Amino acid sequence: MKYLCLVYGVEERFPGTADMPADTECVHYAESLAESGRLLAGEALAPAYTATTVMVRNHQVSVTDGVFSSGGSPLVGFYLVTARDLNEAIHLASEIPLARIGCVEIRPVRGTL
Amino acid sequence: MNARMFQQTIDGVYRRESRRVLATLIRLLNGNFELAEEALHDAFTAALSQWSKDGLPDNPRAWLVSAGRFKAIDRLRKRTRFDAACERLATELEQQSSEVFAEDADDIEDDRLRLIFTCCHPSLSAEARTALTLREVCGLTTEEIAAAFLIPPPTLAQRIVRAKSKIRDACIPYEVPTSEDLPVRLESVLQVIYLVFNEGYSASAGESVIRADLSAEAIRIGRLLLSLLPDAEVMGLLALMLLHDARRQARTSPSGDLILLDQQDRRLWNREQIVEGCGLVIQALRTRRFGPYVLQAAIAAVHAEAPSAEQTDWTEITGLYDVLLRVNPSPVVELNRAVAVAMRDGAEAGLSLIADILSRGKLTDYHFAYAAQADLYRRQGNNAAARDAYQRAHDLAQQEPERRFLQARLQELQEQGET
Repeated sequence: MKYLCLVYGVEERFPGTADMPADTECVHYAESLAESGRLLAGEALAPAYTATTVMVRNHQVSVTDGVFSSGGSPLVGFYLVTARDLNEAIHLASEIPLARIGCVEIRPVRGTL
Repeated sequence: MNARMFQQTIDGVYRRESRRVLATLIRLLNGNFELAEEALHDAFTAALSQWSKDGLPDNPRAWLVSAGRFKAIDRLRKRTRFDAACERLATELEQQSSEVFAEDADDIEDDRLRLIFTCCHPSLSAEARTALTLREVCGLTTEEIAAAFLIPPPTLAQRIVRAKSKIRDACIPYEVPTSEDLPVRLESVLQVIYLVFNEGYSASAGESVIRADLSAEAIRIGRLLLSLLPDAEVMGLLALMLLHDARRQARTSPSGDLILLDQQDRRLWNREQIVEGCGLVIQALRTRRFGPYVLQAAIAAVHAEAPSAEQTDWTEITGLYDVLLRVNPSPVVELNRAVAVAMRDGAEAGLSLIADILSRGKLTDYHFAYAAQADLYRRQGNNAAARDAYQRAHDLAQQEPERRFLQARLQELQEQGET
């Protein structure tokens, strides 16, 4: 099974915030995930102010500034992983350093039903 | 065997075995709940016709598992015209060696644990876990569960269907958690059981019959879980439920009015359940693992063994609350501790602890906080303050018996004020 782990969290960096995981820790996590063969893709995203939302209605393209769902925590990154089942995916997600201050939403990738 | 006796025998087999057979079929059918339920139904239909001719097999459970498995393969074969996945599963099942469903007693018991842990998976909502557990583990019908929770049957049915879809589509595995995951996963199971119990225990008038059944169901799952997983917290929860349930007859008047612990006729308490509950508490405390359920059960045990409210060992109870507060800090536990302190050291001490909780903005809309306050003011003879607090509690209370109880206290104070 493939699962997309969407990482929501604090976007702003507060230097001196002790519990903010260091970049090196995040890189290390991604590397260990890759080594175990479970990482399919994963990136950190540019801040939410850079987001653009696109919609097509009646063949008209509309482009607006900002993220689609405002409010709540911003999406700051993602990992696409492969796991045996949800329990393993929960394990992998719980080791994402940012899970300690933000949260991770696990979404199974829709398979060929 | 005549027809009536045969029917009774079949009913007995169904009661004893249907949940076990279902739990095993779900495993054999790769976690497919729906297919397993259909297969269970098919297996019992087949048993009805075959056993009435040939008599009961030596091992009805093994017969039913095997029949259910073949019926499931039949059903999958019929669907293969539409669905390649069914074809794959059917082929896979046919190739399973017979050892896979060998009738090892340990295997079967493991299947029951798998079923409980899967139904109570924390990735399902609390409502879904409860509904699914009552449906699959206890075998209650959708209508029975809906009636007990006072929600429309279609809503409940929808909840169960959605939960099963999530188990399938998010790939929640049908397994007993690893020892690393066990504490968190067990907590979720215990929560579901206690929620079912309280749903049956907290309401009294009206639906009382159906709701008492929910408490009995919760105690039944508690017993089952303890037999499969002898953990201290499981013992604690079962003890807690038995000790609370022992007071059932004493806690409401014949007209359905609430009677508080200190006013209850203790002769109405169920001694047998108290003995069993206290025994479990002792056993759990011996493990030296003081989890929240064990501690709450220990508190209930001290109450259960006291001849009256006045003769209760309030020092012991306060001490247990101190430990509980360390293990499981919560304002509700603080409130209960404050009431125990008031019994030990006097109303004043309790009132200042409650004032402290409220001043931190905790429990400000919790009616029990004001009811406790009111009771202590009343004991001090401060009727004006007691009236105000009872009024606030009354305004916040949701359940009819509680509102009636608080209304009666207000009435009493009113009458005393006039004389």
